[in-house]
Amino acid sequence: MTTPIVEMTEISITFPGVKALDSVSFRMFPGEVHSLMGENGAGKSTLIKALTGVYGIDSGTMTLDGEVLVINGPAQAQAAGISTVYQEVNLLPNLSVAENIMLGREPRRFGVIDWRATRKRAAELLERLHLDVDPASQLNSHSLAVQQLVAIARATDVQAKVLILDEPTSSLDADEVAELFRVIRGLKQDGVAILFVSHFLDQVYEISDRLTVLRNGALVGEYLTTDILRIELVHKMIGKEIAALDDLEAKSRTGLVEENAEKPYLEAVGVGRKGSVEPFDLSIAEGEVVGLAGLLGSGRTEVARLLTGADYADSGEISIRGVRRKLRTPRIALKERIAYSSEDRKKEGIVEDLSVRDNIVLALQADRGWFRRISRKRQDELAQSYIQALNIRPANPDALVGNLSGGNQQKVLLARWLAVAPRLLILDEPTRGIDVGAKAEIQKLVSNLADEGMSVIFISAELEEVLRLSHRIAVMRDRRKVADLPNEDITVGQIMSLIASGAEA
Amino acid sequence: MNRVISLTRSRLFWPIVTLVALLVLNVAVAPGFFSIRIQDGHLFGSVIDILRNGAPTILVALGMTLVIATRGIDLSVGAVVAISGALACTIIADSPEPGSVGTVLSAVAVSIVFSLVLGSWNGFLVSVLGIQPIIATLILMTAGRGIAMLITEGQIITVSSAPYKVIGAGYWFGLPVSIIIAAVMFAIAAVLTRKTALGLLIESVGINPEASRLAGIRSRGIIWTVYVFSAVCAAIAGLMISSNVTAADANSAGLYIEMDAILAVVIGGTSLAGGRYSLLGTLIGAFVIQTLTTTVYTVGIPAEITLVFKALVVIAVCLLQSPVVQARLHRKKPAPVAAQPTGVAA
Repeated sequence: MTTPIVEMTEISITFPGVKALDSVSFRMFPGEVHSLMGENGAGKSTLIKALTGVYGIDSGTMTLDGEVLVINGPAQAQAAGISTVYQEVNLLPNLSVAENIMLGREPRRFGVIDWRATRKRAAELLERLHLDVDPASQLNSHSLAVQQLVAIARATDVQAKVLILDEPTSSLDADEVAELFRVIRGLKQDGVAILFVSHFLDQVYEISDRLTVLRNGALVGEYLTTDILRIELVHKMIGKEIAALDDLEAKSRTGLVEENAEKPYLEAVGVGRKGSVEPFDLSIAEGEVVGLAGLLGSGRTEVARLLTGADYADSGEISIRGVRRKLRTPRIALKERIAYSSEDRKKEGIVEDLSVRDNIVLALQADRGWFRRISRKRQDELAQSYIQALNIRPANPDALVGNLSGGNQQKVLLARWLAVAPRLLILDEPTRGIDVGAKAEIQKLVSNLADEGMSVIFISAELEEVLRLSHRIAVMRDRRKVADLPNEDITVGQIMSLIASGAEA
Repeated sequence: MNRVISLTRSRLFWPIVTLVALLVLNVAVAPGFFSIRIQDGHLFGSVIDILRNGAPTILVALGMTLVIATRGIDLSVGAVVAISGALACTIIADSPEPGSVGTVLSAVAVSIVFSLVLGSWNGFLVSVLGIQPIIATLILMTAGRGIAMLITEGQIITVSSAPYKVIGAGYWFGLPVSIIIAAVMFAIAAVLTRKTALGLLIESVGINPEASRLAGIRSRGIIWTVYVFSAVCAAIAGLMISSNVTAADANSAGLYIEMDAILAVVIGGTSLAGGRYSLLGTLIGAFVIQTLTTTVYTVGIPAEITLVFKALVVIAVCLLQSPVVQARLHRKKPAPVAAQPTGVAA
């Protein structure tokens, strides 16, 4: 066995009030794909940020290629050969693809940027990744998936010894993932060590050679992927048995029998918006969970936005309990007890610089108006009860939401909507980018809420999840609703073919 | 030790240190600095002077704080100061009985009502038309002095009205009236934003407007409100200033007061990027600026280097609060260059 290219020994990092990493050791070998596994809050991102110089370390040592590595900032890490592609694409949307790839490393001639060489080099890199993208086009004219691949192209330009991919696949479809994996395998053959972080176990098992598992900021262990069964891995990650999901499945099946579709809670007829989504019909009964399936950009988010006043429908009618309503703004929708949890948690969800408590009471407070402030005592009760019910960590209502991990931010957001006691809750990708444990908790919560009579529209790219939770499934394709079927003996394959061709196979 | 560190990390720490340092400097040079004597039943002394002369800046900075908290800025406050002074003085000067309380009260009322109109104009441009605040308020900043000139017909209007003089130069219960007015406005702002949910909603809109909209917050109304409040504060400051000098000067009243106010807000630890704000910080910031002006006189700094001295102190405070220096001081992560707004432990 060769010697490790990266060796991190007993790294500790403390944030105010949180021990983010507690004496964690981690190593990577050249030419391997190494997956870093753990729940939200396990310390994955912190470890990565220690390696890339974003955070300073409190104790421990790091070596790269046998030499002690002292990093003061991301630029040094990059110069040392450690490249990173972050979960949220960190590019400049209003610059061209070529500029984004070459930013800060543009070839120069006579002291000025040689644009021709810049574009040429960018084109070569894209070519190497077999990406058919015009280097001169503006970055934000492309889908998020393409932007992600551009970010990877950028990362591979520097002579990277170590390439870190933090959740690179969370917004990619199956073909794009395959494409990415092809690229990863190519880099691996060139001897690059690749650190891969993903919540998709399938992908982890497909691509990685080795796994390191973290839990609550501590190291659980390092394993060869071939040596560890999935179920063992999940146990190590969450540190407890998860029977929760199995429970759920049994329950959802029995819940199916109820038929109260005769009196829909919300009924949309011919609702649409130009350039957003074609007119569609959709009805949802009390206590019903309707799943919305479809690819990224298929119109599933747009449907949610029209039903919640986030966007204003320019055609069609929405009636609630048989009464026609115009849902012009989210505020009006919230008055009708329709809550919308956006897929873009950061931009349209949490308010980062406010505390967990403030974030939880926000929608409720907005509904009451500014004058009738919710008393501090009531705020504390609300925050405490949701922190407990949703198992939000750290369990500190004064913590800033921006300092929480993704899964916990999602739970805070859920708490905000639950606090307004909605009759219809629209959840757009509530489980994206969060770990198995939190995912199970959220799924269970949705199922329980529906049992109590809340209507739920559940949007997810994970078809298994949609199938598991929904009573009925609507399928979106090319900004059009193509199917609406009760969840009886439907398989993932059937939905896939609906998504792919628009007709039942 | 830990307690010391957390103390130095508090947003108010450096502004307070600066203020104390300036006061100590003053005492060292002029030992009688803190002495307050009673003369004709009024309090007199350098500290009282600072409070009295600082009142207009405090008021304007107060309104500015809330505007900045919503990610905005109000450059028109100086113009509003000039307009309100011009309006009040013109009304009083034109009235047959400039010395009657009724005349003064109606002049004050007209000025404040007109400031509501001016504030609504700013609020309309920003919240309804979606014009960037710096541009939207630049319009009134430029046009406002023209309006003031129209009102005064290009003259400096002097008034001799005992009741009007009270606002800027009078005393109640031994205290300057201007301080009392500023204190009342401060209390109103504090109660209005912290005892109701207005403060939370303002911060939420300032930090993340889209998330706030989806949470059902009427951000339009909130943004509108803060611009109106800012204009009212500026109008009252304008009354104080014109009352103190018993004249309305459309050209120079409140000139550059927007800069002092913005500076007071920034020194007080409220970020120009919007979001969390501190009214108390703004108050301290305004005192720092006013004390600085007074210090220049007590210490006897030559007039030609006065501005340089002020600039040095302001630079020092701003540097101490900069993220880079803060990080150095505490030698702690996160490294400032990579201000990654993602969760720390995902």
